[in-house]
Amino acid sequence: MDSILIQLLIILVKIVGFTFVLTLPLIAYSVYAERRFAAVIQDRVGPNRTGIPLTLFGGKKDLPVQGLLQPLADGLKFILKEDFTPSHVHKFFFWIAPGLTMVPALLTLCVIPFGSELWGEKLVIADIAVGPLFIFAIASLSVYGITFAGWSSNNKYSFFGGVRSCAQMISYEISLGLSIVPVLMIFGQLNLTDIVTWQANHGWLLLPFTFDDGFQCGLSQFGGAIGYFLWFPLMLSFFIFTVSIFAETNRMPFDLPECETELVGGYHTEYSSMKFALFFLGEYAAMIVGSALIVTLFFGGWSLGFGLDALLQDAQGNWLPYAGLVHLAAFLGKVIFFILFFILVRWTVPRFRYDQLMKLGWVVFFELALINVLVAAVIMAAPSMIERGESLALSALALGTIIFSALMFYIAKTFDKKPKANA
Amino acid sequence: MAEVKKLKRPELNTSEKLYLFALAKGAAVTLKHAFKSMTGKARGSEALKSSGLGLTMQYPEQKWDDQLPEHYRGAPALVTDEQDRERCVSCQLCEFICPPKAIKIIPGDIPADDPWAKVEKRPKEFDIDMTRCIYCGMCEEVCPEQAIYLRKDYAITGSSRAELLHDKQKLYEIGGKRIGLVNKWNEIK
Amino acid sequence: MSETTETQTLPKDLAAEKGLVNVQIDGHWIQVPRGTRMIEACKQAAAEVPHYCYHPKLSSPGNCRMCMVQMGMPPRLAPGQDPEYNNEGYQDIGWMPRPVIACANTVAENMGIRTQGELVEKTREGVMEFLLINHPLDCPICDQAGECTLQEYSVEHGRGTSRFIEDKVKKPKNVDIGPRVNLDDERCVMCSRCVRFMDEVADDAVLGFTERGTHTTLTCHPDRKLDSNYGMNTIDLCPVGALTSKDFRFQMRVWFLKETKSIDVNCATGCNTTIWTRGSQVYRVTPRRNDAVNSEWMPDSHRLSFHKFQGNDRLTDPMVKADGKHEVSAWNQALDASAEALKQFDAAEVAIIASARMTNEELFLTKTLAQVLGTESIATVARDDQADGKLISADRNPNTQGVNLILGTEGSAGRLISIKNGLQDGKIKALVILQEDVFEAAEFTHDDLAGCELIISVAAVANHTAEASDIVLPSSSFAEKRGSMINVTGRLQRLNQALQPPGNAREDWEIIRDLTLKLAGEQNDLFIIEDVLKLLASSVKEFEGITFSKIGDQGLPLIDTGETIPLLEAEKQRINNGEIVG
Repeated sequence: MDSILIQLLIILVKIVGFTFVLTLPLIAYSVYAERRFAAVIQDRVGPNRTGIPLTLFGGKKDLPVQGLLQPLADGLKFILKEDFTPSHVHKFFFWIAPGLTMVPALLTLCVIPFGSELWGEKLVIADIAVGPLFIFAIASLSVYGITFAGWSSNNKYSFFGGVRSCAQMISYEISLGLSIVPVLMIFGQLNLTDIVTWQANHGWLLLPFTFDDGFQCGLSQFGGAIGYFLWFPLMLSFFIFTVSIFAETNRMPFDLPECETELVGGYHTEYSSMKFALFFLGEYAAMIVGSALIVTLFFGGWSLGFGLDALLQDAQGNWLPYAGLVHLAAFLGKVIFFILFFILVRWTVPRFRYDQLMKLGWVVFFELALINVLVAAVIMAAPSMIERGESLALSALALGTIIFSALMFYIAKTFDKKPKANA
Repeated sequence: MAEVKKLKRPELNTSEKLYLFALAKGAAVTLKHAFKSMTGKARGSEALKSSGLGLTMQYPEQKWDDQLPEHYRGAPALVTDEQDRERCVSCQLCEFICPPKAIKIIPGDIPADDPWAKVEKRPKEFDIDMTRCIYCGMCEEVCPEQAIYLRKDYAITGSSRAELLHDKQKLYEIGGKRIGLVNKWNEIK
Repeated sequence: MSETTETQTLPKDLAAEKGLVNVQIDGHWIQVPRGTRMIEACKQAAAEVPHYCYHPKLSSPGNCRMCMVQMGMPPRLAPGQDPEYNNEGYQDIGWMPRPVIACANTVAENMGIRTQGELVEKTREGVMEFLLINHPLDCPICDQAGECTLQEYSVEHGRGTSRFIEDKVKKPKNVDIGPRVNLDDERCVMCSRCVRFMDEVADDAVLGFTERGTHTTLTCHPDRKLDSNYGMNTIDLCPVGALTSKDFRFQMRVWFLKETKSIDVNCATGCNTTIWTRGSQVYRVTPRRNDAVNSEWMPDSHRLSFHKFQGNDRLTDPMVKADGKHEVSAWNQALDASAEALKQFDAAEVAIIASARMTNEELFLTKTLAQVLGTESIATVARDDQADGKLISADRNPNTQGVNLILGTEGSAGRLISIKNGLQDGKIKALVILQEDVFEAAEFTHDDLAGCELIISVAAVANHTAEASDIVLPSSSFAEKRGSMINVTGRLQRLNQALQPPGNAREDWEIIRDLTLKLAGEQNDLFIIEDVLKLLASSVKEFEGITFSKIGDQGLPLIDTGETIPLLEAEKQRINNGEIVG
């Protein structure tokens, strides 16, 4: 009885800790980071004034601390602003839409492994065996929030934003799912904690090297030297996955749902105050979850990599009590790196045209991901087939893959043809 | 008939079509810029007296007073000349031209015992409502007596409307003495 | 050839039948009466001739030389030569090589006038340059700026820059030549309009020129001042800023002022005026031309009388006396209180003292009020003084004719005495006083009013009557209301609203209407003053068909009183003598 209570308590602590203590401030500060980083790129300063208002308490000068309290002030502002609901909107959907964007983004956090173990407790809220699938399933729900917001606003620009977002998310979910098939084929499972553990032992997926027992490549277990070739489909997977995450989170260069030059503010044009803030936070939460997923799948999650994790293990191969903290820091470091990468891309790449966006998703990434699955499969199957002396069958498989690829390219090319100008 | 020039879209080769290299190059440019900006080496930061981050000057701490151009249009003010004569004769042309109707003048006589009694007329009251002033400089342009000038004062603030109503005394305070104007009202005249 | 000339009637013969002559002005032929001045003929042809000294109401000395035009006549015929006519029946014009002044010459048959062309323009440019040589650059401080013909003509006809490098001639500035007029000799262009006006119209020749050439100086007679009651007309006449008003001096630039056409209310003549206002203030009142009333002049005393409505003593709120003190009240309460109080008295106990300063519309509503009250004690106060033999009438009430017509109170003074007696006897216990100060104008004493239980007064300015009243209703000055008045000659003229009444004050007709409504307790359909005039026109036969637009800016003769205005008679005499154009 007590143990169940303790279990529940531990889960509660994890939920509160990871969601509200770790992620929400991270969201807030990623907004701050975005503003400062953007400012620096554009030769500006960014928010550097909001600090501790010592003068309110009788001090002589305020303490600006580089504007680090800006997110707090922003949050306060959002809460205090008038929560205005226009008269022409569909009230029910208008009200639940912001929640529908924010909640799925935070829900997906529960399967992300934040670290290894802290005093024997895994640093993940729900250690389930279908991690990535769960994330895809839940993250897809957030499209409802945006669609509802656009539709219920009863405003044509908002509606366009909602429709665009809907189409975009559905399109990119396909390449998102297909792109990680080779990755999952290598891991052979869907439990994210185990995936990370595998990477801790064999090196990160994209940097599969360990040095604790001399130089070793983690991919060599798939048929020695031939296994090294797996790195290429994995790299492609990473590329498609990352770009698709950009599209899924509506980040630049794919932020067409809130394309201000065309749609005023997009689906959240009619929103103000905390409801708007929820959209805003949901977007950044999605970005953080996306970064976490990239890190978990391709960059070893919380693992330090390169065989360094062995230093945190005792002789029996169990984690030291404090190992979780080190891993948590490593994980957060990687996630923050990717958040900064997201920001850098936003201020570098101009926005896509909507037809370009759709073509990229359906004509390029979808085909590439399919071919990628076949290539990875052939490479994985090659060593055992050679061992069994089925070289002919292997050649046939390879030939089939090449023919399939060629066919795909041909189809893509025909679709790509420009309509002939009227003579 | 204007010449019609037909332009062709540039043909991209495969590596360009891949878009990846352009992406990487773009990111490198942005990053380089960010780095320069952070180390205070952004282009033009020297000339613009940047605070060391980007090109921006940190306003209340740093000011650009010595960088204001000659033609800068700040607060309008009345001036006196080297004869210490208040130049305004309250012809009210500025009041007439002022687009936001910020100027209000009540004309008055110059008393006979004044050394400049021959000028006869001067403003009894001269108010410029700085909450209305749009710094257009029309008053300066229209003034036939070279009496009103837009000075370089730009930080016109106040905590009440009354504070932002510049009266005659305040206007002469801001304006001060201006040397080298045409002295229409001299010993001969 | 000779046959056609005989059968065809020439334009000159057609014109001569009507006493006209044919004149070609800037290429167009027009017909004007024989003896017309060239400048007037040009005016009829809508060809502007700039001028300073010429004024139709004054003699023409032709000394400013601004009105120079090119003139031409048919060539003089040799003995025995027949005149040759062109296809249109005119003789060809031989243009004179030198310009003539248009103000003092009269037109002749087949004359040609050019108001444009190189010769005329060069001449004007030369005259302008001479006029501007000694003129100071005073425009920023000069009150005339904005209505100065020197400014206008130097823009239109001047050369723009000065070639004069010597020192300008110094003359007296800011000279005090009279109680109301200020002189600046440097600005004078020696047109002599003021000199002629004082001599010919005001009959008080105090102005004249001294010195010669560029040193010519306008001065007042050494023992005299320009203190004639018509002296301020010289300010309006002065084309430049030499003569300026002391009252208006440095008050406001004229381009800010709004002009409202109205009439003077200080005597029965009813001089036509323009009221110049900005915001909620009257800045000046000037005469407006009306050849049937005031020519172009106006007495100074009437011109400056608007000041009495500019003091701090204007009433702005209705007041009801409570415990011997006046307290500010709302209109509804004050009117209700008035009606309630009046209802306490019998009809015979109520008297109305109206005023001959009220407009016809107000008088008509007063009559209605009297009918509702049932009283027949209604009187106005007479104001008789000396006539000045020019424009000021002996009757200082502006609308005595209107009172006679609408109230029918012939001998209003007698009625006033009976009211006074009634008050003393205690028969009259309630008084409604409209726009009058009974102490000052009707010589009432406090003893007279001692027995009076209720006084309601409608007044624009605080006075003793208002102070003694139980209820005071604030009304408007002459500049704050519309209405019509009938002058001494029986001419119906229009007052126009130049300002809004101050504070909560209302127009008089509204006050009387509302009081009548409260007393009668029924609605009427008098919403705007036009409604009142319509009602008046339907009930007084002399007013039949009259509307405000029909009255117009110049008024219209309504009744014949047989009275004349002396100044106009003198003017007619001079026109007949050919001294002036008129």
